Amino acid sequence: MDFLITILNMLDGTFRVGTPLILAALAGLCSERGGVIDIGLEGKMLGGAFVAATVAYMTGSAWLGLFCAIAACVLLSLVHGYASITHHGNQVVSGMAINIIVAGLAPTIGNAIFHINGDTPPLPHDARFTAITLPFADSLANVPVIGPVYSGVISGHSFTTYLAFALVPFVSWMLYKTRFGLRLRAVGENPEAVDTAGVSVQWLRYRAVMIAGVLCGIAGTSLSTSLGASFIRDMTAGKGYLALAAMIFGKWRPKTTLLACLIFAFTDTLQARLQGVDLPLVGEIPVQFIIMLPYALTVFLLAGFVGKVIAPTADGEPYIKEH
Amino acid sequence: MAAPKKLPVWVNAGLIPLINLLAAFAVSAVVILAVGESPVEAAGHIVYGAFGFGEGIGYTLYYATNFIFTGLAVAMAFHCFLFNIGGEGQAYIGGLGIGLVCLYSGGLPFWAILPLAIIGGALFGGLWALIPAYLQAKRGSHIVITTIMFNFIASSVMTFLLVDWLKKPGSQLPETDHFVDASFMPKVHEMFASVGLDVARSPLNFSFLIALLCCVAVWIFIWRTRWGFEIRASGKNPRAAVYGGISPSKAIILSMFISGALAGLVGLNELMGVQHRVVVNFTNGYGFVGIAIALMGRNHPLGIIFASLLMGALYQGGAELAFEMPTLTSDMIWTIQGFVILFTGALEHMFRPQLEALFLKRDSKEGGDE
Repeated sequence: MDFLITILNMLDGTFRVGTPLILAALAGLCSERGGVIDIGLEGKMLGGAFVAATVAYMTGSAWLGLFCAIAACVLLSLVHGYASITHHGNQVVSGMAINIIVAGLAPTIGNAIFHINGDTPPLPHDARFTAITLPFADSLANVPVIGPVYSGVISGHSFTTYLAFALVPFVSWMLYKTRFGLRLRAVGENPEAVDTAGVSVQWLRYRAVMIAGVLCGIAGTSLSTSLGASFIRDMTAGKGYLALAAMIFGKWRPKTTLLACLIFAFTDTLQARLQGVDLPLVGEIPVQFIIMLPYALTVFLLAGFVGKVIAPTADGEPYIKEH
Repeated sequence: MAAPKKLPVWVNAGLIPLINLLAAFAVSAVVILAVGESPVEAAGHIVYGAFGFGEGIGYTLYYATNFIFTGLAVAMAFHCFLFNIGGEGQAYIGGLGIGLVCLYSGGLPFWAILPLAIIGGALFGGLWALIPAYLQAKRGSHIVITTIMFNFIASSVMTFLLVDWLKKPGSQLPETDHFVDASFMPKVHEMFASVGLDVARSPLNFSFLIALLCCVAVWIFIWRTRWGFEIRASGKNPRAAVYGGISPSKAIILSMFISGALAGLVGLNELMGVQHRVVVNFTNGYGFVGIAIALMGRNHPLGIIFASLLMGALYQGGAELAFEMPTLTSDMIWTIQGFVILFTGALEHMFRPQLEALFLKRDSKEGGDE
């Protein structure tokens, strides 16, 4: 029974930890399907987290925080778009620039406002997205099997977690079932064809990066107002890059990307649980190696062990219209 | 399409980067205004801190030394069209190689330790870069992602080693024992003092000269050797390179190894020059700054020296700034750096059309002397 509870707790943790990863990976996916590489997920998420926490703290409204975080991330996306779509700049460089700018800018502004080393003060309960208890969760809790799963794992997450999971089928529907999605995929594979069909390549790509901005804004909000209760400098700690890896691992498809995110999130939960535990045969694993686990796994998985990964053909290629 | 128009060299290599740089500073000034400080006053503190007195100049050059190493590293990989984001991890692991030499070379004189340390740092840094390089060349893993992951892995590995294996006995801090005295890199003020000249004390040391020598070596390697040619050729067009009898995967592995080796030399300056022991996170983000350095310096060693001086000045001036205006901490320097990368790297062509229009119009007025 203890074992079962451990497993359920870990699943619960996986969903929580996976939330920003899923949102950021979907952001990267939308952008790259449209042909724009987005290394800046990390920075946008960090920016979103900062804006969400700051606005939520000052106004007391988590929703206003979410809204402003989305606006800020869309703005950052537009900078990325301006460099890489309008000026055909190097997309990786532009993304890195955004990461570094935000890593410096967020604590600078935070310090100017709050004077506590760049972090925000702890958010009051009302200014956060807190756990939502789903209907009947309490009454079902004692029913065997279904009870613990429903009330312990599925219920009790925050709004952003449910939103993240709901967005996976939505993005999938958007990509594969709508005209916009068809064009978006086309612009990542063969922009010439889209151009020939009389559809603006630039405007499509701008919309792709803006969608990425919206999703990063939600991802950042989930970090600082629902997983955590304040903004802490460098709180993304590589999650943006992990999300990017998950998207590649998921071969630029929403459902497989979700799966990849959950695997990374599970490793993360696992490392938190393995710390200081004596394992049979190997003994206690040094904490640094456990922290390393998700990153090492990423390298391992990307080393071709998931089969050949093929990026959208025009991914990272600036489109220069012939005259 | 219209025939490609040529801008004069000084516009391409001098004026455009300068304008981009000014744009980056202008945006940074807006940020400083936004947090309620005066950009003019801030700029004054930065310039005075970096160049206003002897010690400041020494610090500027000392920071520049690190940036030359990491900038050369990024540029080396760039010539093969590889984006090496792993400079930070390579420098960190390279420091381990240097540290091991300096810890266990008791009895050897400095002139024997120095080459061993250079080999140690280059080998450790190079080998650390070799794994992502191999995965890119043979298995098609994305080098951007793998080098980023290797930064995190390097950080974990080093923390583990410094906490569990290499820690100074009896110490609580995650750092190694002191290096043997013979391995200390001579400081520049000491060197000048020995010939009777008085120079302000600063951490600037002999590695600055090694960094400059590396610039020369990289220039010769890239533009004057067969290997350098192969790296540039397969970077520009891997398919054409194959037809020319060049193996792109060999070029990838070679350029990444050298790239990692150059990054690995940061420890010469930081560890042998200043810390005299291996400490946690001694790389302090220098590997990431290398990206900005390479971009600003247009991947050319000479450009990298200038870019490193600029960034060194920003760092040293930034420390002065944080002291004089406490609102503007070192985070502000990161912000400025980010804008510099954005404008000199991703937006490098933003002002080009206007400049082209300006210069080519002037040329045609003068009778088109092209």
